[in-house]
Amino acid sequence: MTLLKSREAILVGAILLLLALVASRFPGFVTPSNLVAVFTDTAPLIILALGQMVVILTRSIDLSVAANLALTGMVCALINVSFPGVPVPVLVALALGLGALMGAINGFLVWKLTIPPIVVTLGTMTIFRGVIFLLTNGSWVNSHQMSAAFKAFPRENILGLPVLGWIAVIVTLILGLVMSRTTLGRAFFAVGGNPHAAVYTGINVGRTQFLAFVISGMLAGLTGYLWVARYAVAYVDIAGGFELDVVAACVIGGVSIAGGIATVGGAVLGALFLGIIKNALPVIDVSPFWQLAISGAAIIIAVTFNSRAGRSKGRVILKSAEHAQ
Amino acid sequence: MKKLTKLLTTAAIATGLFAGAASAEDMRIALVVKALGIGFFEAAAKGAEEAASELGDVEIIYTGPTDTTAEGQIEVINSLIAQNVDAIAVSANDTDALVPTLKKAMQRGITVISWDSGVAEEGRQMHLNPSSNPLIGNMIIKLAADELPEGGQVAVLSATTTSTNQNIWIDEMNKVMSNYPGVEVVATVYGDDLADKSYREATGLMQSYPDLDAIIAPTSVGIVAAAQAVVDAGKVGQVNVTGLGLPSEMAGAIESGASKSFAIWNPIDLGYSATMIAYHLSKGDAVAEPGASIPMGRMGEVTLDETNSGAMADPFVYDASNIADFKDIF
Repeated sequence: MTLLKSREAILVGAILLLLALVASRFPGFVTPSNLVAVFTDTAPLIILALGQMVVILTRSIDLSVAANLALTGMVCALINVSFPGVPVPVLVALALGLGALMGAINGFLVWKLTIPPIVVTLGTMTIFRGVIFLLTNGSWVNSHQMSAAFKAFPRENILGLPVLGWIAVIVTLILGLVMSRTTLGRAFFAVGGNPHAAVYTGINVGRTQFLAFVISGMLAGLTGYLWVARYAVAYVDIAGGFELDVVAACVIGGVSIAGGIATVGGAVLGALFLGIIKNALPVIDVSPFWQLAISGAAIIIAVTFNSRAGRSKGRVILKSAEHAQ
Repeated sequence: MKKLTKLLTTAAIATGLFAGAASAEDMRIALVVKALGIGFFEAAAKGAEEAASELGDVEIIYTGPTDTTAEGQIEVINSLIAQNVDAIAVSANDTDALVPTLKKAMQRGITVISWDSGVAEEGRQMHLNPSSNPLIGNMIIKLAADELPEGGQVAVLSATTTSTNQNIWIDEMNKVMSNYPGVEVVATVYGDDLADKSYREATGLMQSYPDLDAIIAPTSVGIVAAAQAVVDAGKVGQVNVTGLGLPSEMAGAIESGASKSFAIWNPIDLGYSATMIAYHLSKGDAVAEPGASIPMGRMGEVTLDETNSGAMADPFVYDASNIADFKDIF
């Protein structure tokens, strides 16, 4: 019963149903090789959704992830153009560091200046995009300028899955461990669930939110390099509007926008759900005019499920309390 | 130190004056660009110099503001009026803002034309478009069809469903489809000018139509993303990506073989043609009026429509043979 009611189970069911629907119109979609391709294509969304999940969990939101991704990606691309000899692991470390730094700026403003997160990240979102423009004067970094190793890394195939997909798997595992097995992970839940109670247990709410932003920024930075290498192009507008997809993936995955409720599995499944829709729409021959409406409807249906599930749970607790008396 | 500076300045001015005197007979044509330091316009200046050396008695003044503002261009044009140049050919940063200044220039007898990015009708004698919608529509299908002598399936990857330019070009393309028997447009999809969505749409096309022979993307984001998708799908040689793109952005796709050829206007030809037109108008051996034809040297001639604008030529085709010459230009 509890298994059936859990959000993850509902999402798995929804994803299977979705796959069955797509397969009925285009059987080639559910071949193992294509599913691997879909998973790989969704990997950036999964990674970002996990970072966003941590932030939303602490009653904040990070709208600057896509801009962070674009700026880090551009910096990596520019470094690769100027110094083609810099090995990929160094670039990955740099991307993580730069992303974390940008996340730290967000976190610092939220923590020390107590500006609402939505305002802070709306501001930094524009600033990060602006910085890319300053760096490049709006010009592109193109495929032929990037080194072969730079572009090959996310595509490298290990045991049938490209590195990009493996990174999503690894990030999921690490986040799963952090959220369930570390004090930091529990602090995220405590801060989002009840900040006042968290203070009494000795948790620094601002600092916890700061760390959430650092994690989100770090993952956005990592995705920045992967994104630029995968699409082999970097310019000001890459991943434009992607932050909304990331938030949508979280919401579909049962992350409560009010904070305090989230699971790693939920965020991953939410991202997968959205990723499957994005990949399926082009092959099932739906008019492009309908595609946006379908994506939007899927999000609203998922959120409706979400709020309904939350509400009934509350009633059950009250009833059982009544019975107990 | 101060004396030395003064001396040098004097010398410089003197040289300038002598140089001015020496070429007083030459016609001075100013090529005003959106901003200095942009590869596209540097290439146009190269074309203008080519025209000048062909004509012989022409001096080119290549100038523009340091950033793409209308104010900067107005300043530049004012100083050109003060120098009393013979003709101004401008690629405008703003359709309307330059009109008063350019009107003043025309009142002083200076020939004023716009090219690439136009000025409102009252601010210029004629406008030279790099190409025209029918020519572009025809070119994008021709690029695909030329590689498919036996016919085949092609699909269009456009920008957004509401992109005016792309929709007009696709319409124009559909009008001439009967000239390319055997070539069938199986689908039109929209990548919204986002790299990731365009990539996904291109991948989807290859899955939905396993026999697809070409993807036509009349948008610079789409064509790059489609080429990358073809490479990643291992379909280089099977699916040819073509359409409109910039040489700097498409060099990788040409190198990998994902794209055999693509098109965009040639800035060198554009600068050349603008100079030729300015020369003939200023000389008085051509008139800018609806229906008139103005010679443009090796580019043939341009015919003006009722708004006094004309199209230079077909978009220029780039392929493995010439991409290296252009990839560093724009």
